[in-house]
Amino acid sequence: MTNGNFEPVIIGFTCNWCSYRAADMAGTARMKYAPNVRLIRLMCSGRLDPTFIFKAFAGGADAVLISGCHPGDCHYIDQNYKALRRFHLMKRVLTQMGMEPGRLKLLWASAAEGALFASEINKFVEEVRQLGPLNWQVPGEAVSIPTQKTQVEVTA
Amino acid sequence: MTEKIGVYVCHCGSNIAGVVTVAEVSQWAGEELASEGVVISRDYKFMCSSLGQELIQKDIQEMGLTRVVVAACSPHLHEATFRTACKNAGLNPYLCELVSIREQDSWVHTDKEAATQKAKAIISGGVARVAHHESLEPLRVPIHPDTLVVGGGIAGIQAALEIADAGFHVYLVEKEPSIGGHMAQFDKTFPTLDCSACILTPKMVQVGSHPNITLLTWSEVTKVDGYVGSFAVTINKKARYVNTDTCTGCGICWEKCPKKVRDEVFEVGLGNRKAVYTPFPQAVPKYPVIDAPNCTYFIKGTCKACEKFCPTGAINFEQKDEEITIPVGNIILATGYDLFDAKRIPQYGYGRLENVFTSLEFERLSNAAGPTGGNIVLRDGKTVPKAVAIVHCVGSRDQNYNPYCSSICCMQSLKFAHLVHERTGAEVYNFYIDIRTPSKGYEEFYNRLLEEGTNFVRGKVAEISSVARVPEEQGKLVIQVEDTLIGKQRRIPVDMVILSTGIQARHDAKEVAKMFGISCSADNWYIERHPKLDPIATMTDGIYIAGCVQGPKDIPASVAQGAAAAARVLGKIQQKEISLEPVRATVNQEQCSGCRICNDLCPFNAILFHEETMVSEVNPALCQGCGTCVAGCPAGAISGTGFSNDQILSQINGLLLLRITDQEYA
Repeated sequence: MTNGNFEPVIIGFTCNWCSYRAADMAGTARMKYAPNVRLIRLMCSGRLDPTFIFKAFAGGADAVLISGCHPGDCHYIDQNYKALRRFHLMKRVLTQMGMEPGRLKLLWASAAEGALFASEINKFVEEVRQLGPLNWQVPGEAVSIPTQKTQVEVTA
Repeated sequence: MTEKIGVYVCHCGSNIAGVVTVAEVSQWAGEELASEGVVISRDYKFMCSSLGQELIQKDIQEMGLTRVVVAACSPHLHEATFRTACKNAGLNPYLCELVSIREQDSWVHTDKEAATQKAKAIISGGVARVAHHESLEPLRVPIHPDTLVVGGGIAGIQAALEIADAGFHVYLVEKEPSIGGHMAQFDKTFPTLDCSACILTPKMVQVGSHPNITLLTWSEVTKVDGYVGSFAVTINKKARYVNTDTCTGCGICWEKCPKKVRDEVFEVGLGNRKAVYTPFPQAVPKYPVIDAPNCTYFIKGTCKACEKFCPTGAINFEQKDEEITIPVGNIILATGYDLFDAKRIPQYGYGRLENVFTSLEFERLSNAAGPTGGNIVLRDGKTVPKAVAIVHCVGSRDQNYNPYCSSICCMQSLKFAHLVHERTGAEVYNFYIDIRTPSKGYEEFYNRLLEEGTNFVRGKVAEISSVARVPEEQGKLVIQVEDTLIGKQRRIPVDMVILSTGIQARHDAKEVAKMFGISCSADNWYIERHPKLDPIATMTDGIYIAGCVQGPKDIPASVAQGAAAAARVLGKIQQKEISLEPVRATVNQEQCSGCRICNDLCPFNAILFHEETMVSEVNPALCQGCGTCVAGCPAGAISGTGFSNDQILSQINGLLLLRITDQEYA
């Protein structure tokens, strides 16, 4: 399969108070975006258990989107900061597992930012399309260690 | 799979069916998801109609469905509808899941095939999730009958009076020394030209003397805790330095006070007040405040003229700010608006050219109780202008400033034109982009102005300058404008310019919104629950908005919204108790290791740690259901009702069903 007709599937986690409503707003305003994202509603981005991300990738998702309220705007005071911490942790873990860090995206979107939500999804879908399908190891097979990137020589 | 799941796919007229092939989706769900427990799948034109609901109810009763998935609009719109339908058919309402294939699918995608695929995936996710739903009972909490109204402008006054008249207690908080808001500053109100004070002050007096209203002026809300039905609101009552129990409002203190201060709030810098003052004669309450930063006693330690002359000994320089916490069940926010800062448009010369005024300055200038006694004169205080320019849309409908229409400026400008014409006989020019007069009696007022001989020039003013090019422009303000109706550049010399400045959200709107847990739009107006069907409630239960906090509006609209918010609150109070979503966390004490990680994660201090048993427990009254502790528990001992791990993990699997079975990826 070539990247040309590859359609990524992305699982998106949204917060009930902001980004889910941003998605609703994008809908009400008929803003068009790529159909590759399938959303899950959580009460708060702080509810995001890292297991969810593994599960999504294991189930065949090519990328995962985490979205929540802007820093300082959390409906539950500051729980989106906990999502932020987990996002950074997950990015490192996934990278160590040999996955491109670009497959995990964090987006702050308020309930008023339907347009931002739509445009960021388009951007993300395009980025994931460039990365190509996630070649997750078939269960039972040995995990191959990703080859080291060729070192670029830096002159002093 | 022991569950019997029914799937109901809505066409929503052509809203969904226009993009998603609904019949195909419904058939697919019936066949492919049968292994997941789906026993029936139907599609219908309008699921939310009574016939659509009956369809579901009939299946629940006749087929013994144990779970229902409705694929239609956003759960924020019709979740309650379908839950109630299920409940009426004898199924626990929380065993019904509404998945959105409209807002998240048909409305945002154009590729029919892809949208249909996505609809299938979304339904598959819903079916997988609903299998793990549990029967729940909503939490019922009593509603405190008292209400807090924040903001004593006309919207807040109206709301407070409606609730108080119905027999319930209201706390009305206002940050200025008197209620009245912007309306108290106006002279006339469009389009009827009745005197603003004459219609407002009786209402203010009613508020001041109402047995059911506790009026807290010169006060600000500093903290809001709790939730609908039982908020605990902390209010800072700023020190007035006047004992309100003994003060009679006689006015001797401000007569005797030797310190004059420019009044930047009520008189917008055009007039003076004393250091001890009430903003205007009809102020409610009648008690003055001492403006400590400007008071000679507070600066130099001597003076106390007010104290010396006060006949009742009501002045108290020792008074301190006082914090009170009040319990209320509902809150109405009516904090109003700020005027657009005309200095942000330097080419209009406000602040640099003496005789350029803002709309609020002109309101004070034309007000009989204002600094000039209602005489429309230039800033020198005596010269009557012979030609006056009124510039519309200052800061509004402008991509560089505020893109929205402030909605009141056209009518306000027409009112100004009429007043200038009537009182000075000056030539009046209105510079407009479009004239917008959409309310009752407004277009008629515009026609009246046209007949009165006001000049209307269609074009956005490029510059206002004092630089003369020809002798007639000497000593005048020159309006440089393209008259788009005749297609020519014009220079019009005038003596006075009134900038019809737009309105914008309060400078602290964002912080206030945060304190009350509601959200702002990009322009910092507060977001209503639904732009058309619920412009009064917010996304946060128990918090309502009225007046310009929601967006620019005129007096009739503010009054209507204030009354509407009051009606909503009264409806809630009458219910005596309210049901809350039972989305709460619970700790399985068998599994809890007592590590206390969750204790620190909770922002509401809802998790208690039992020292004796070394386990944590969630207090359901304090828990708000965010689920952070559920995600954070390393032992997996905490479960979140309504959003459990099983539910979400199954939903992920369900959403990815089409990817997993996709041949290319198998």
